[in-house]
Amino acid sequence: MKVALFGGTKGIGRALGRLLAEKGHKICLLGRNPEELLASSNDLQIRGGTSHTVGTATCDLLRPETFAPALASAEEQLEGLDTVIVTAAQFGSQPELETDRERARELLVVNFANTVTFCEEARTRLLDRGGGTLCVLSSVAGDRGRKPVILYGASKAGLSAYLEGLDHKFRSKGLKTICVKPGFVKTGMTAGLDPPPFAGKPEPVARDILRAIERGTPLVYTPAIWRYVMMLIRYLPRFVMRRIGF
Amino acid sequence: MLSGWGRLSRPGKEVFSEDLKALSQNAVLSRGLGRSYGDSALPPPGHLEVATTTLADRILSFDETSGTLRAEAGLSLRALNRLFLPRRWFTPVTPGTQDVTLGGMVAADVHGKNHHVEGTFGRHVRALLLRVADGRLIECSPIQEPELFWASVGGMGLTGHILEVTFQMEAIASPWIYEERETVPNIETLAAALKDAAPDWPFTVGWLDCLGKGRGILVRGRWAEAKKAPSDPPPPLSAVTVPFELPNWVLNRWSMRAFNIMTYYMQGSSSGKIVHPETFFYPLDKVRHWNRIYGRRGFIQYQCVLPSAGGPAAPQRFLDVLGEQRAAAFLCVVKDCAEEGQGMLSFPLPGISIALDLAVDARTQTLVDCLNETVLALGGRVYLAKDAFTREEHFRSMEPRLDAWLDVRKRWDPELRIKSAQSVRMLGDSA
Repeated sequence: MKVALFGGTKGIGRALGRLLAEKGHKICLLGRNPEELLASSNDLQIRGGTSHTVGTATCDLLRPETFAPALASAEEQLEGLDTVIVTAAQFGSQPELETDRERARELLVVNFANTVTFCEEARTRLLDRGGGTLCVLSSVAGDRGRKPVILYGASKAGLSAYLEGLDHKFRSKGLKTICVKPGFVKTGMTAGLDPPPFAGKPEPVARDILRAIERGTPLVYTPAIWRYVMMLIRYLPRFVMRRIGF
Repeated sequence: MLSGWGRLSRPGKEVFSEDLKALSQNAVLSRGLGRSYGDSALPPPGHLEVATTTLADRILSFDETSGTLRAEAGLSLRALNRLFLPRRWFTPVTPGTQDVTLGGMVAADVHGKNHHVEGTFGRHVRALLLRVADGRLIECSPIQEPELFWASVGGMGLTGHILEVTFQMEAIASPWIYEERETVPNIETLAAALKDAAPDWPFTVGWLDCLGKGRGILVRGRWAEAKKAPSDPPPPLSAVTVPFELPNWVLNRWSMRAFNIMTYYMQGSSSGKIVHPETFFYPLDKVRHWNRIYGRRGFIQYQCVLPSAGGPAAPQRFLDVLGEQRAAAFLCVVKDCAEEGQGMLSFPLPGISIALDLAVDARTQTLVDCLNETVLALGGRVYLAKDAFTREEHFRSMEPRLDAWLDVRKRWDPELRIKSAQSVRMLGDSA
């Protein structure tokens, strides 16, 4: 595969990048900080063996004007493009977002509006090349309005809906859209939170994501148990949801 | 609560980040995979948080021709082995588990079965990037800031937070091990056999049944020649997990004795075979969370080194004290140690290292005191990465190098901002 990986310097994206590199796929890392990109591309290159260069292109989810040039640069460095993966996003705890209005607005813009804008750019480019795979990390937090993740969850709910629509419309034209819904995964992003039961690790989550990309599965919960946890949560009556803290 | 591998816990919390430069700002202590047995990686009283490095695990550079590797301090030996064993590169020194970080390997200046050939890990470290107490980032090496460098090798993370490690990997003939085993009647024979094997075998280790007749097994190995080893790289090994803390009574004098007798007969002699490198270097890694078998009480590993100058009878004298105290050591591992390393607090010195796993009970402090007095009398010392009970006065008497090390530490950290539960307990830091 020729993969543009947006957000591969940290967390799940880092684990996924390593898996892709070790399997010999060509990668171009997209991200905000050039130093971090360079350090991560070196890491992937050493882990993958010396046969291919891991590209980098600066791209900032806060600045939509960077999206098209970054993807164009990735296409050039990879000499093609068939897979775009987005693991980049912002996270904020509910209390933090409730008190800081500007931070909340930024998170909603980044996780929904700008992520969708990036995906639109990726969609056009992939379809122009005859199709491919667009794999985006949403979250189980978008499956139901819940007290601890009201704002973050809302941004991810919007994203999940967009990704589903995209898949319905463009799969027949060769573009597979994959919506990944990770449950709680222990990464730097969630480092300040107490892990709930069934908390996952980035490496197995990355394996689940790669399998979904290979098979073209449109919707993946990972770790897999979260599919059933969220199924239960979706069917809980409102009076119960009002009472519990989850 | 937070604990070391021996599961003696105290209030504490791990803070994680991929960004070590940010994480180490104002942190009281760094921690890796938590494999030190005692309180070396636990926060001092009055502090709760330790900066855990495990998410910072990028390989920053690797020179295919020279084998020099630079990586962030949280990279685990397990990840390193998985990547580099198939490419025929290996760390020149490995401890008995691969669930350690590079930062931890430097901080404890770990040694392995090849101490008589390669010394400690510190000998192969080329440079360190440290965040020192005043917030500066300092690159040090045997040439640049050598005092800080050698105080940090084996300095238990107390001279600065280790952010990046550059070290020399070793090219190996094949990723498999050729191993021979033979049984020995007692520790004196074992110690002599270890010394005999040293010139011809890069890896040697002895195991002893301290509960029964005191007999043991000598294991020696070397990297297999390429043409005699399987052509495939060693496959990943499966492991079983101890799913929960077992009740205290499971591990008792009789079950331990039975286990030791079984080990003696099942793994005693072998005239030579090719074995998986993980089986050879990390036999206990096959049981995940094996520390849970000791139950709620937890356990300690008591490891000391007895100098050759103490004579051939010294190890037996040490074991006699153990017997007099009626202490039941589940595992007893004996290793040959050669020259002292350059790390200012590096553990090994020429002689024999003895490591004992002991369940903790009300008499553990007395037992450790008693063992420490014996070790002192024999001119030996204990290993900080394992320790949980040694008294300050005992450690001071064992460690003539301590004051020189403390001087360097104080030069870089006059207010002693970087400290651990262990440094408060036995180096006299204020809490």
